[in-house]
Amino acid sequence: MLRKTGVPTDDLLRQVTPSEERLRRGPVAIFECFERIPCDPCQHACPTGAVQPFEDLNDLPRVDHQLCTGCGRCIQACPGLAVFVVQEDLDECSALVGLPYEYCPLPAPGDVVTLLDRQGRAVGQGRIKKVVRPGNRGETPVVWVIVPRGLAMTVRHIRPEGENRGADQPTGGHHLPV
Amino acid sequence: MTSVLEPEVAVVGAGPAGMAAALAAAEGGADVLLIDREHRLGGQLVKQTHKFFGSSDQEAGIRGIHIAERLGERIRQHAAIRIWLGTTVIAYYPDGVLLAEKAGHGLVKAKPRCLVVATGAAERHLAFAGNDLPGVYGAGAVQTLMNVHGVLPGQRALMVGAGNIGLIVSYQLLQAGVQVVEVIEAAEEIGGYAVHAAKIRRAGVPIRTRHSVLKVEGDSCVEQAVVARLDEGWKPIPGTERVLQVDLVCLAVGLTPLTEILWQAGCRMVWVPELGGHVPVRSETLETTVPGVWVAGDAAGVEEASTAMIEGELAGLAAAHRLRPLKEFDERCRQLRQALAELRAGPLAAKVRRGLARLEGGTC
Repeated sequence: MLRKTGVPTDDLLRQVTPSEERLRRGPVAIFECFERIPCDPCQHACPTGAVQPFEDLNDLPRVDHQLCTGCGRCIQACPGLAVFVVQEDLDECSALVGLPYEYCPLPAPGDVVTLLDRQGRAVGQGRIKKVVRPGNRGETPVVWVIVPRGLAMTVRHIRPEGENRGADQPTGGHHLPV
Repeated sequence: MTSVLEPEVAVVGAGPAGMAAALAAAEGGADVLLIDREHRLGGQLVKQTHKFFGSSDQEAGIRGIHIAERLGERIRQHAAIRIWLGTTVIAYYPDGVLLAEKAGHGLVKAKPRCLVVATGAAERHLAFAGNDLPGVYGAGAVQTLMNVHGVLPGQRALMVGAGNIGLIVSYQLLQAGVQVVEVIEAAEEIGGYAVHAAKIRRAGVPIRTRHSVLKVEGDSCVEQAVVARLDEGWKPIPGTERVLQVDLVCLAVGLTPLTEILWQAGCRMVWVPELGGHVPVRSETLETTVPGVWVAGDAAGVEEASTAMIEGELAGLAAAHRLRPLKEFDERCRQLRQALAELRAGPLAAKVRRGLARLEGGTC
């Protein structure tokens, strides 16, 4: 289905989702990279060795979630914009998602944004916590967005309020408690 | 008519393959003439705002436009490389003379001892009613308008083709603020990398496989497009037509190698659909059947820029070695061929591997 729709199936996502225990323990990277393509920058970007060395350039990244600190360097490095960091329990009612974002203008901390799932459907509202701008190597900016608790594995993109660049989509869904 | 320049190596095309070839030849001790019809180095790299895949040992993770800047800087600093920009090669004569039209200089000539053809590829067009209306573009033209000239090609786009180019240009359109209404693909599956598809899907763009454009309508420019589902035999299914309100139809339906110079040189050419069309028969170091004429990059078969750069290096190195034997030539060739094999090892390069196998096996 991935090759027909461009959207990973639940089965594929399960394969790259850390254990419940690991998810509860703090921020961790989710590698939504399902195809063997010749590519290895994530492995070189990882400062903790959580992304295991590649035997072949076409290997899928193998991630030791126990070593991952959720720093997000892999988000900046991944050419496929396929890595996300989730922290499921930021507080009682919200989670945190770090995602790659290559659109101008970059949002600013405090901005309220529409949260989108893997199909671009609006699933609620979030608030920007932090934005990591690109360095001098053209790294991908990383946007850290506070989302309603329970949506950390759902939210994969954001849209500034009042914009609609993709196809016409219904809005609605959860709202962030203020 | 000016006198004939006699460089040791001429490289036609200053895209990823040509730039790498010029550098490798110059670093191998040759004096090099690098020719491109554009007014800047880089070829299609200058339009590639996305980060490249590949090995971190090469240029992976770097955006194409930055690769062009890096290579361009090294080329400009190399005393042995002369650059003719704004120069279109129009003929290659049996006596080894390249005839070119150089902006502001008229006709110019060069007679190199070795020639590397790195002319790249041209976009294919698609036959449908209204395909001549303003607003129907090739994906390369859309990239040129947006990424080189800063001009928006439209407001609402239909992308035809879900190979890597169609997916990447859709993403660039979104980044430029254009609404991409839909990406359609005639094949049963998305042709490009799933990660490129995922980027535009999460931005809300639908991708419909087994779909094609039937016609485009409008008074003096594109106002709407009619698309339909295709059956197993690639025929439109009656009753599945939909009208899309768009002012931009972008075609990303494949590339075909630009091989005119190779034909003129008398290289043996073979038809390999997996590589995009007619390509030259060549040796392991990319020398064609005409001694002293090499090929590299998309002109040798349509692939990725990452492979084009390695092919360019291989061809440039081989040309320099022909002029003055280089130490460790065999070892460097082996390393470059190994790097190519690695880049071509994944499942999405299966078509390229098939084409190259047919070419090497002589079964074309």
